[in-house]
Amino acid sequence: MARALINVPSKAKRGEIIEIKALVSHPMETGYRTGPDGGLVPRDIISRFLCTYNGEEIFSADLFPAIAANPFLSFTTVATESGRIAFRWIDDKGQAHLETAEIVVE
Amino acid sequence: MSEGSGSMGATRRDVLAAGAGCLALIVARPARATPESMASAIKAFVGEAEVQTGKVALDIPPLVENGNSVPLTVTVESPMTQQDFVRTIAIFNEKNPQPNVAVFHLGPRAGRAVVSTRIRLGDSQNIVAIARLSDGTFWSDSAELIVTLPACVES
Amino acid sequence: MSGLPNRKLRNAGIAGALGLGAALALAPEALPQERRSGFEFMSRESQVLQQDDTSNPGMLWVAEGEALWSARTGASGRTCADCHGDAAVSMKGVAARYPVYFAEQSRPIDLQGRINICREVNQNATPLPYESRELLALAAFIGKQSRGMPITAGDDQRLEPFRALGQELYERRQGQLNFSCANCHDDHWGRKLASSVIPQSHPTGYPLYRLEWQSVGSLQRRFRNCMVGVRAEPYPFGSPEYVNLELFLMTRARGMPLETPAIRP
Ligand code: HEC
Ligand code: HEC
Repeated sequence: MARALINVPSKAKRGEIIEIKALVSHPMETGYRTGPDGGLVPRDIISRFLCTYNGEEIFSADLFPAIAANPFLSFTTVATESGRIAFRWIDDKGQAHLETAEIVVE
Repeated sequence: MSEGSGSMGATRRDVLAAGAGCLALIVARPARATPESMASAIKAFVGEAEVQTGKVALDIPPLVENGNSVPLTVTVESPMTQQDFVRTIAIFNEKNPQPNVAVFHLGPRAGRAVVSTRIRLGDSQNIVAIARLSDGTFWSDSAELIVTLPACVES
Repeated sequence: MSGLPNRKLRNAGIAGALGLGAALALAPEALPQERRSGFEFMSRESQVLQQDDTSNPGMLWVAEGEALWSARTGASGRTCADCHGDAAVSMKGVAARYPVYFAEQSRPIDLQGRINICREVNQNATPLPYESRELLALAAFIGKQSRGMPITAGDDQRLEPFRALGQELYERRQGQLNFSCANCHDDHWGRKLASSVIPQSHPTGYPLYRLEWQSVGSLQRRFRNCMVGVRAEPYPFGSPEYVNLELFLMTRARGMPLETPAIRP
């Protein structure tokens, strides 16, 4: 699928609330737009986003065509322990793009 | 000089407006969400529960220079503890072809109930954010915004 | 037009405010100290988007360009990095001085043109189509290495005749509306056309993410939009006319900081 940029602090204090930002390249084609040939451009969107922290889901989103191209999301989580934060974007066809970030919690 | 509408000034304006692809012509869409379809999408989300105003703050610029990318932040007043937290935040719009914009699922591990994203809006309209809390209550905020049109787009 | 009465009203008011019918009297070109980047004409939200690399979607193209920089390409099997090393060092300031004079062909070339020469000559690969995602990604990645640096284009004396051609094109009235670039960008900058503010056409942020495109695009794509806007036949991408126009605008913007990848509405 795509290229993604994620922003997670590499270090945090235990109990600190950290902000996570995730940006992925995707046209979010609505299915309502006319292409150069006059026909409708088929819908192609990321409909689901999931974020896990050491395997446990901490945030997810259902996305609709009204989300801007190259979807951006930011949300927060409490830094509980060192480990891996994983991001998954899933499109209409079920194809997924995975990205991970390591965090050290002291 | 296609549309003569009387005065010289108006004619000139029409030339510029109509002639220049320099006025975005938003292509008519095959379908549009109406306030009624937004109402039914909201009903599907809240069921029979009552939606109260408050606790939720929907932050969205009142005047947007391009509807393709409108920044939006929702903040819900909540301690975000195991006992008392925000479960879901849903965003709805009135005039896009579909009333749903996004549904965010969060929990006590979020620490704070703040979510940002960027949305697209084909037209000036009303946006609604509704939060479902862990106690089953629903809270909302709404915002009215004006989408202006870009100039010199590709046709 | 969707025909919504409120939009029609707004547009009429705004177009009226510009009153272009009477407004074609010559105004002096913006003085150097008055030069303003398109950044200044944007909404606060768009400015914040440009300044925050963690949410600026243009950074997705920069990241892609960075990956392409070290990808084996063409029959040579060479990467850009094999010859140029760390782009943060070798490409620093490069985008700020393009277009440059390319002596082998006795003409100016822009950054995209230079990248494609390296692909053909140094990597034995086919040139990337103009406006292709890869070419934009490489140009955005190289441009980013000069972010914040002053534009230095136009130093070479051999460029002068081409710059003059670019200026001539900028000042020439064209299209069914019979407008020159200067009519809008020099005589009426700061005023509104539809609901957009007309900026001063300084090419400080390219390639950039235009919200209208929902994508990164080149300066030439921007020219195309403006030419279509006055109902003129646009030149093909990569044409000498566009390179001359780029050269004229970059030379005129000397000293202004590069913003790549910028955001524009
Ligand atoms: C009818 C008025 C008009 C004419 C004529 C016109 N432009 Fe533009 N131009 C605009 C407007 C309006 C914008 C900004 C559009 C927006 O942001 O939505 C713009 C934007 C630009 C930009 C982008 C500046 C930035 O900050 O990135 C450049 C460069 C530019 N024009 C170059 C040209 C050139 C070259 C020509 C002649 C071939 C030209 N324009 C003709 C109205 C015009
Ligand atoms: C085989 C070695 C080689 C490879 C591979 C190569 N280049 Fe080059 N590149 C050169 C040489 C030699 C020059 C000319 C340097 C000069 O004129 O000072 C050059 C010049 C350039 C310049 C202009 C620099 C300036 O100061 O004006 C850019 C930009 C550039 N290359 C980009 C790339 C990119 C992007 C790639 C990969 C797609 C690439 N090059 C691959 C050898 C290479």
